[in-house]
Amino acid sequence: MHVHRFEKLWFGASLVLIVAFMGTIVYGAIGPGVAMVGDDGGTIDSTVVANGNFERADNFRAPGVYASSDGEGVEVYVVARQYLFNPGTAQPIEVPVGEEVTFHVTSADVTHGFYLAGTNVNTMVIPGQIARFDVTFEETGEYGIVCHEYCGSGHHTMAGQLHVVPQSQFNATAGGEN
Amino acid sequence: MATGHPDDAITHSEEEYVETEDGTRHRRAFVDRYPDAARIVRICLGISFVAFAGGALFGLIQALHRTNVLRIIPSSDYYTLLTGHGVLMALVFTTFGIAGLFQWANTRSLGISPPSSTLTAAWLGTMTLGTLLAAGTIVAGLFDSIPASADVLFTFYAPLKAHPLFYVGAALLIVGSWLAGASYFLQFREWRSEHPDARIPLQSFMVLTTMLMWYISTLGVAVEVVVFLIPWSLGLIQQVDPLLTRTLFWYFGHPVVYFWLLPAYVIWYTVLPKLSGGRLFSDPLARVVFVLFLILSTPVGFHHQYTDPGIASGYKFVAMTNTFFLLLPSLLTLFTVVASMEHGARQRGGTGYLGWLKALPWEKPAFAGIALSGIMFAAGGFSGMINAGMNINYLIHNTLWVPGHFHLTVGTAFALTLMAVSYWLVPQVTGKRLQLYGVASLQPYVWFVGMVLMSNAMHRAGLAGIPRRTAEPQYDQFSFQAVVGSVAEMRVQIAIGGTLLFIGAAMFLAVMLATWTLGRPNSQLRVNGFLPEPMSGAEDSPQVLDNLKLWAAVAIVLVALAYGLPLFDMVADGLFTPGSLPVPV
Repeated sequence: MHVHRFEKLWFGASLVLIVAFMGTIVYGAIGPGVAMVGDDGGTIDSTVVANGNFERADNFRAPGVYASSDGEGVEVYVVARQYLFNPGTAQPIEVPVGEEVTFHVTSADVTHGFYLAGTNVNTMVIPGQIARFDVTFEETGEYGIVCHEYCGSGHHTMAGQLHVVPQSQFNATAGGEN
Repeated sequence: MATGHPDDAITHSEEEYVETEDGTRHRRAFVDRYPDAARIVRICLGISFVAFAGGALFGLIQALHRTNVLRIIPSSDYYTLLTGHGVLMALVFTTFGIAGLFQWANTRSLGISPPSSTLTAAWLGTMTLGTLLAAGTIVAGLFDSIPASADVLFTFYAPLKAHPLFYVGAALLIVGSWLAGASYFLQFREWRSEHPDARIPLQSFMVLTTMLMWYISTLGVAVEVVVFLIPWSLGLIQQVDPLLTRTLFWYFGHPVVYFWLLPAYVIWYTVLPKLSGGRLFSDPLARVVFVLFLILSTPVGFHHQYTDPGIASGYKFVAMTNTFFLLLPSLLTLFTVVASMEHGARQRGGTGYLGWLKALPWEKPAFAGIALSGIMFAAGGFSGMINAGMNINYLIHNTLWVPGHFHLTVGTAFALTLMAVSYWLVPQVTGKRLQLYGVASLQPYVWFVGMVLMSNAMHRAGLAGIPRRTAEPQYDQFSFQAVVGSVAEMRVQIAIGGTLLFIGAAMFLAVMLATWTLGRPNSQLRVNGFLPEPMSGAEDSPQVLDNLKLWAAVAIVLVALAYGLPLFDMVADGLFTPGSLPVPV
């Protein structure tokens, strides 16, 4: 089978490009430590979330911002439902700057999205699953939270806010609104 | 491929005519040689274009609504139109258009008519019934008086629940496409019995490998719909697992994009070189490309689920690796398409490093449309590489970047190729000359400019964090910060681009309607279906390339490797847990 010299060169260059792309991903994961969502958040019965019986869940707590039990960083528990984030919509989620923030996000009804607009904090929120991921905010500021998955006729109203505040102003609020 | 010396008279239509002994000339266009197949192609393209008209209208309303230029519907109905746009464009326009193209390609390259009119009626009938049920249920959502709706978008993620007829319609559309595939394979078997040792003709090879890929990949959505969603929407089972059903959807949801793309590649490989005035660069490389798509298209679906909880990162990484290797056949295609066009241009007298581009027939609608769709696809390919990067994807997942990307791929590489090849093919399957030729010549450029405006702005809006799939991406709590340009300017570009695309669609439909209704049957055609031999033929390529059973087996093994463990993980706690009750919309 005859393969033209240019075609062979192109084939080789394509393979180099492909391997280089994968290299950038591996570098991103190992170097800057871009965190991704995996399966370590565990599962949860979505009726437990819908009814607010969080004492019956072993891997989820009542929505709110908690100081980590080991004293380092904070844990944020968020419930998404048609058409609000709790916390986030009625009151902003408040987290301290420069500390590791671990999010646990789940849904009370349908599939939603949880996305800090313009950042790479981005996860699907799927009923029955808990999305768990770590973020460290390097600067104080305010972010919009967007539901980016269609969740029903009021989807476009589903949004919220996250405030990154100086550590001196931060108070963990166990519970949040209910 | 038809025989004949390729450098002879490849752009005039004399070889479509034969002279009989009494001196009369008879036309031998596709419709004259294969009237049955031509009728099937006409029906498929007709239904495809009707769906396109509906989808285009919905698209215009959406573009103006979400940019807040013109709002003629309540925002809650936006999602009904969005569902309609997605289903009509991505499932109906495509599937019927592809069924028609494949019927043409298989028939002309094998040189025999479709095997069974009963089977043909069965697949056409099943696909049409499925389309009517699904589209009817969606449109019913606009009327409060009809107790049915399907505002679940084209991905229909449970637990959002549509009327059961929506799922039944989707299932029938797919089952019908399986029967169409069976018809292509029977046609091939008949050919094979008469040509036991010959290489599979190139177009038929492409049709058959694409259909094998389609059989493997539609299995996921078929199981999702038939085993889970139909019984669940009827109340026969209480709960379904939202993660499992969406995983089955994406098992199908990525290969389906290759089901759209490969028919465009069939045209790029076999028709575009001829329209450029030359020949295909290499037949064996074309076969290699289609084999790679057959084996790599399916075990990649998790790259649509990078941000999903409940799926281990390792499985996502495997899917990413496969996805990046899937770039290879598209990069090889880029080479071949450009090389074939350059060869054609030089045959036409083109010279220079880039000067040859001027020698191409840019004024001819079929060539211009296909070439422009290839250029757009190159841009779409690069934005797709961003999507494929497991951690870069987090920046743009479910933002407007994503529809910005796929309006370049399915929305231009496929759609504009189908429109453009119709300017060449519809005369051959109707026996009528193309009408409104001037409108047709301008149309690909209108589409191109509209898409440049709309798509670049959508990509940038995605970087600013503006979400897709929403009626009103304007929020009280915060505003979006543009990385490049301004949000207001992006809105203007999306609105103008969307309007130009609608005008482009209307121009295309006007040409088709005029050709169908005003064109005189049995006219002398300005085009011909002769396709020249490739520069490197199939003869000296390895026989193993034509071993379809082997490649199908390899594809199934790769799918089992990529999906076996993740699916086992999901169903280990029970098929229906963690489960969700239906949430009607």
